[in-house]
Amino acid sequence: MPENTVGEDTHRITTTVNGVTQESVVDSRLSLADFLRHRLRLTGTHVGCEHGVCGACTVHLDGAAVRSCLMFAVQADGHTVDTVEGLANGDELSPLQESFARHHALQCGFCTSGFLMSAAEALREGPVDTPERAREVLSGNLCRCTGYAGLVSAVVEASDGGEGRG
Amino acid sequence: MIGVAVPRREDRRLLTGAGTYLDDLDLPGCYEAAFLRSPHASARVLAMDTTAAKALPGVIGVWTGRDLADLVKPIPPKVTNPKLYDVPRYPLPPEYARFVGEPLAVVVATSRHIAEDALELIDVDYEVLPAIASTGAALAPDAPSVHDEVPGNVAVHLTQTAGDPETALATAPHRLRERFVVARGGGHSMETRGIAASVDRATGEIVVWPCTQSPHYTRNLIAYFCDVTEDEVRVVVPRDNGGGFGPKAQFHGEDAVVPYLARLLGHPVKWIEDRSENFVATMMERTQVHDVEVGFDDDGRLLVVKNVFQHDQGAYCAGLQVPTITLSTLPGQYRIPNIHTELIACYTNMVPTSSVRGAGRPQAVVAMERMMDRIAEHLGADPAQVRRVNLVQADQFPYQVGLTFRDGSPLTYDSGDFPALHEAVLDRFDYAGERDRQRAALAEGRLVGIGLGAYVEGCGLGPYEGARLRLRRDGTVLVTLAATPLGQGYETVYAQIAADGLGLDMRHITVATGDTASIPFGQGSFASRTTVTAGSATLQAARRLRERILDVAEVLLKTSAANLCFVDDRVCVVGEPDHGLTLTEIAQVANIGKHGITLPPGVNPGLETTSYFAPERAAYASGMHAATVEVDPETGQIRILRYVIGHDCGTVINPMLVDGQVLGGFAHGIGNALYEEPHYDAAGQPQTTSYLDYALPSAVEVPPVELVHLYTPSPLNPLGVKGAGEGGTIPVPATVANAVEDALRPFGARITSLPLTPAKIVAALTAG
Repeated sequence: MPENTVGEDTHRITTTVNGVTQESVVDSRLSLADFLRHRLRLTGTHVGCEHGVCGACTVHLDGAAVRSCLMFAVQADGHTVDTVEGLANGDELSPLQESFARHHALQCGFCTSGFLMSAAEALREGPVDTPERAREVLSGNLCRCTGYAGLVSAVVEASDGGEGRG
Repeated sequence: MIGVAVPRREDRRLLTGAGTYLDDLDLPGCYEAAFLRSPHASARVLAMDTTAAKALPGVIGVWTGRDLADLVKPIPPKVTNPKLYDVPRYPLPPEYARFVGEPLAVVVATSRHIAEDALELIDVDYEVLPAIASTGAALAPDAPSVHDEVPGNVAVHLTQTAGDPETALATAPHRLRERFVVARGGGHSMETRGIAASVDRATGEIVVWPCTQSPHYTRNLIAYFCDVTEDEVRVVVPRDNGGGFGPKAQFHGEDAVVPYLARLLGHPVKWIEDRSENFVATMMERTQVHDVEVGFDDDGRLLVVKNVFQHDQGAYCAGLQVPTITLSTLPGQYRIPNIHTELIACYTNMVPTSSVRGAGRPQAVVAMERMMDRIAEHLGADPAQVRRVNLVQADQFPYQVGLTFRDGSPLTYDSGDFPALHEAVLDRFDYAGERDRQRAALAEGRLVGIGLGAYVEGCGLGPYEGARLRLRRDGTVLVTLAATPLGQGYETVYAQIAADGLGLDMRHITVATGDTASIPFGQGSFASRTTVTAGSATLQAARRLRERILDVAEVLLKTSAANLCFVDDRVCVVGEPDHGLTLTEIAQVANIGKHGITLPPGVNPGLETTSYFAPERAAYASGMHAATVEVDPETGQIRILRYVIGHDCGTVINPMLVDGQVLGGFAHGIGNALYEEPHYDAAGQPQTTSYLDYALPSAVEVPPVELVHLYTPSPLNPLGVKGAGEGGTIPVPATVANAVEDALRPFGARITSLPLTPAKIVAALTAG
């Protein structure tokens, strides 16, 4: 039996979410997305398809973009999780967030957190300085409102602006 | 502020994860519901045993359709017709299931996990019945009936004619006919449907939080199902709504069940649709089969068009809006003296049809625009020229088409300039140059084709929409709308309109939406109608509030209103900026008052205004698209090399947001043209129930677009606006299909079925 097991189907986990250490007891079947949303009340992470395709639930696990609907909360035990709520620096939006607004890269906003988290990780890995490259980076997420044109421009501009932090 | 690309007020919260969607609400202790759905397309429920489910710890209750007799009332169709053979659509049908995914029982539990566990413990004995899964199967001789009371499965059969189409067809110098099959997809808002409800013990109201496009429509139907007045139901749509696209303007069974159970239990209940439910149980727009025949002269001038089409209404008629829109959209931008347009809507064992972005128009545009290209081909003429000779001319507005609109009035285009739009798009596209490049590519053995597609869109439909403005105690103005936003940026756009109506800076204006307790009447956000209706209402109410504020200021400043103006948040005497009152001071006198103290003589208290705008008829937006595509004959892959959109939606309030609407609509159209198909097998089993099977376009599938705008104001509303939400979608399937068939022309290969999948291309080339 894993050492973090407390009951038949519950586990004690420790996570660092947006820099804050959280001690929690979770059901085995609680997804990381539901843990973030309903237990920690970080509702900026959205659940769009629950099968890992739409990308609305994208968060960073130890810096890597992951689908929080495809992970259990218990799998995040001992790991660092960053969500959209941690992107801005206080009241100051990150250059990527600013760029999204400037290029009308969001309409209903439901997919936006996932796009931000995917793009932030890609920008950290290297430049996304052409529309073609931006389309590739964005192709793991689905948006039904914008037609992607604003998203493409926003990511390219954020890359040109030396976006590193996401 | 009208016409300015003002940045959106909504963006900051949405970019920081601080938006509030339905599933983000704090409803402590809220129970969660899960629905048992029919696994069969047609079945009779012989028995349902819920004993084990009810016994599961954490389960509050389990109800079948037979347990909830109050809900055995039909949900009326949104749009009907005297000739419709209507059959009742129940929230939880007690005996028969008519499509896979239809809800048959509901579990309420302390968590969604437990509710879903309990679903697995419900034992159902079904008698599986024969199912109908296409219009062809529905209309076949001796087809089984979807509903016993509708033999032949025809829900409605409507014909409209102008002129004498039969004679015109018999005498036309040239005639062509073709059958086009258009599959349409779902709305696929990234936020699924959902609803939460609770009883407010202080007022006795049933408070309902749905993610809907139509709060008042939802309220009225919940009142009907709960058998209370509409004032006993308060619908509050969370301020962030994760997309709509049509299906969220409908009333689904869950929308009755959840509030009813919250009231029964005296406890909050919520249900959030999961994506697998969305694929089977959320209404979508479904297939149409068009048999089109055209008669024309040697110049390609249209003499007659006859279009008979089958429309898949699904298992029930949730409304006839989609096929009736198709019926009247057919003639498009062309002068056609003789028209026969005929609808055969049939019942099938599939999820009912709702409007989805475009709503019946893309199908009509496929029928008309594909035939325009066939006419050109037949005559050896240029498709742009064939369109040119048929366009309604700029001096012919208002133009009467000869058909009847769905409200019974003569179908009339209010304004537009189709020839100018046509030429502007061809110029931007460099049509002659593209044709040269196409020839050069063909010479290299590449299959490159060019397609055009023009359309009109009747938008800004009635009956009305309202706006209520109020001066608040802090001197700001609140604009309250009945319509709810789905991402269009209402908080920004309506503040822009109100700013111009009031003559006040936008930063003193706030917009609120979606609460039926704040404004009693409304229709909702659909049919590209809200800027026309709610926008005009906002402008009217704002102008009236300005007059009322100045009337009070006139008394208090002892001058005449004609001498007053707004300077920032002050009303001042013209030329005397120090002689004035702040809006806070005016609100203090006229709205707040002093306890028991008489108002100054001449001051009319209560600075609020409400206006409803009811358009006389639809305003017509128009557009034309041009595309160049390349087809890989080996794989059937289609690449879009260029795409130009010409768009005329009259006055533009916020150009950045209008462009966003057009581009988003375009992406939806690309899905319909190339990728999206909700496929059902012959037994009515949905085969595309995840995003692994159902291809929603991503950033790599949607090509870059060049936009051309024309601004022909509508004379039918004070803003001169027309709708912008759907035009980007409407002609994309026709335009891309025309381009693909143009690319395949060296082989004479035909593509008549949408979406244009690689398999169809390869099959067409093999057959050709």
